[in-house]
Amino acid sequence: MTPSEQNDSRRTSGWMGIQRGHQARPGEWLAEKFIFLVSLSAILMVLLIFLFVAREALPVFLGQTDTALVKKPIPPDDLDKLSPAKLEAYLEITPEQFAKMTKANLHDLMEMKVEEQDDVPEKFRNDPDAHINTTEWKYLVQPHQWKGYDKPEYIWQPVGEIKKFNIIPLVVGTLKVTLIGLLFAVPLAVGAAIYVSQLARPRFREFLKPAIELLSGIPSVVVGFFALLVMATVLQSLFHYQTRLNAFVAGLALGFAVIPVIFSIAEDALTSVPRTYTQAALALGASRWQTAWQIVLPAALPGVFAAAVLGFGRAIGETMIVLMVCSASVMSWSVFDSARSITTTIAAEMAEAVSGGPHYRILFMLGALLFAATFISNMIGDLVIHRFKNKLEGKK
Amino acid sequence: MAETLIPKPATSAASGAAAKTATPLIDIDKVSLYYGASKALKSISLKLEEKVVTAFIGPSGCGKSTLLRCLNRMNDLIDNVRIEGSMRIGGHNIYDPNVDVIELRKRVGMVFQKSNPFPKSIYENVAYGLRLHGVKSKADLDARIEESLTASALWDEVKDRLHSSALGLSGGQQQRLCIARAIAIKPEILLMDEPASALDPIATSRVEDLILDLKKEFTIVIVTHNMQQAARISDQTAFFYIGELVEYGATQKIFTNPAQKRTEDYVSGRFG
Repeated sequence: MTPSEQNDSRRTSGWMGIQRGHQARPGEWLAEKFIFLVSLSAILMVLLIFLFVAREALPVFLGQTDTALVKKPIPPDDLDKLSPAKLEAYLEITPEQFAKMTKANLHDLMEMKVEEQDDVPEKFRNDPDAHINTTEWKYLVQPHQWKGYDKPEYIWQPVGEIKKFNIIPLVVGTLKVTLIGLLFAVPLAVGAAIYVSQLARPRFREFLKPAIELLSGIPSVVVGFFALLVMATVLQSLFHYQTRLNAFVAGLALGFAVIPVIFSIAEDALTSVPRTYTQAALALGASRWQTAWQIVLPAALPGVFAAAVLGFGRAIGETMIVLMVCSASVMSWSVFDSARSITTTIAAEMAEAVSGGPHYRILFMLGALLFAATFISNMIGDLVIHRFKNKLEGKK
Repeated sequence: MAETLIPKPATSAASGAAAKTATPLIDIDKVSLYYGASKALKSISLKLEEKVVTAFIGPSGCGKSTLLRCLNRMNDLIDNVRIEGSMRIGGHNIYDPNVDVIELRKRVGMVFQKSNPFPKSIYENVAYGLRLHGVKSKADLDARIEESLTASALWDEVKDRLHSSALGLSGGQQQRLCIARAIAIKPEILLMDEPASALDPIATSRVEDLILDLKKEFTIVIVTHNMQQAARISDQTAFFYIGELVEYGATQKIFTNPAQKRTEDYVSGRFG
């Protein structure tokens, strides 16, 4: 052996080494498998969370929840005529609990149901609202004329004897606040991104970019607090509307939370537009302003659009700011009325909802709805971005 | 100021031969350029005639591209660039603070080394520059676009797909589109920074034919690494070496009987 061969201990003689496969670099092989598992677990987490939310919300979709105060009890002696599934639903017990019960237990439970009905206060006997199951879909999404109202209305009022679960005020509130936030944040953030990436002097850019991105480090509680105390007062004295805390204030505050997200991604997209485009435009006699708007922005449009979609996801999911600034669930499209978003409702009411009860189920249903909304918006966003990209790159 | 930056083709054509001997179109006088502390151009003096193809040759890093980019002030985009000396085009100092850079670049067009069509349709690529300079009506646009695409020998290949993306063209077609885009706004001077270096031999020869055609209308300054190309298409050649102008003269003379030893070594392939 020559000295150099002795030094290189990993080298095998002749062609032997080429058959070692992954044993040649076990470290890299292990690391690759580990990273693969980590990324797999992310997918798994999303799936698990979705399954959990869906499972908790399922009874609403299957119509297994019942909030009617007055219902006709089944005579306890009819116990044998009912199928196990029907019994479980009637007695509101799980199959596991059902399996452990003797016939005598079940009989007792059915008698309790009868007693429950006897205990219902007399005033509800003739109240039509007390006879309906308010978790049925028509009461969840359609207006209903409740006792004491002179026309059908959308009402979210999950506490009290007659629980009203109409989700439309919450959906409208969410959309109102999110759209105001985006209308405010997208132009500002994209404008700032164009300025920073295309027009600003390098030294100013180095200061401005981290400053805007620092905004995202402010906890939303702090933004909400600021909006509650300062912005609400200032805006009211400017616009002279009646309700001090309303969707408009919440939307603007939400905008502040969303701006850094949109800015950061849009700025990256604009910066990654090849400099050759800029040079070509300038050499044709375009001003820097024209180059930025007419050449760079259209070329970066897929990325800028992605930034807006992400901003939408962040805005629709933001809880704290809306919770602090306004939270009355009024049904109104006016931006100067209060609004209550879906996330706010879940955060504020989950703690007081009885686990497994109708209110609890409905809150989970709202969570599933939100999940579906963000999922669909992201998917549509992705499709549009692909379209844009293919169009820009000349693929059909 | 901007309006009178360069004499219009009409007036210069009238006084054609006389102007040629009187004042050169481009007059570079003792120009030095610094990138920060390093000196990239060392006191260059050069006079370029109208409607002549001038080739800038020299090894990489000799400053030929830098000098070219001075002519339409594309170096303004780079930080820490400082220029000394005077550079006159049509009698006007283009580094005068009063010069409108946009008007200058309209008159001094540029084609880059790497073809860089915008991610728009073929039609829009040419229309962009025209619209920038005030051509609005559809009929005018259509006519000017056909004219410049024909001039750049691309019309027959793309006339049926003017509205599909320019990025779907081949490399050579893209470069000819960039030339069409540059000549559509009718500049007086066309700067070309190694326009054929990324093209295959067939596309290169088409671009070279095109340059010979364009010579009738434009003053062309071309930077090239390809000695044969310089010899084939240029009338005048300037040889640069590490920021200095070594020799400038008729192409024929530079390639057959150079005055300087360094020029002879370079054009005969002994270094560079």
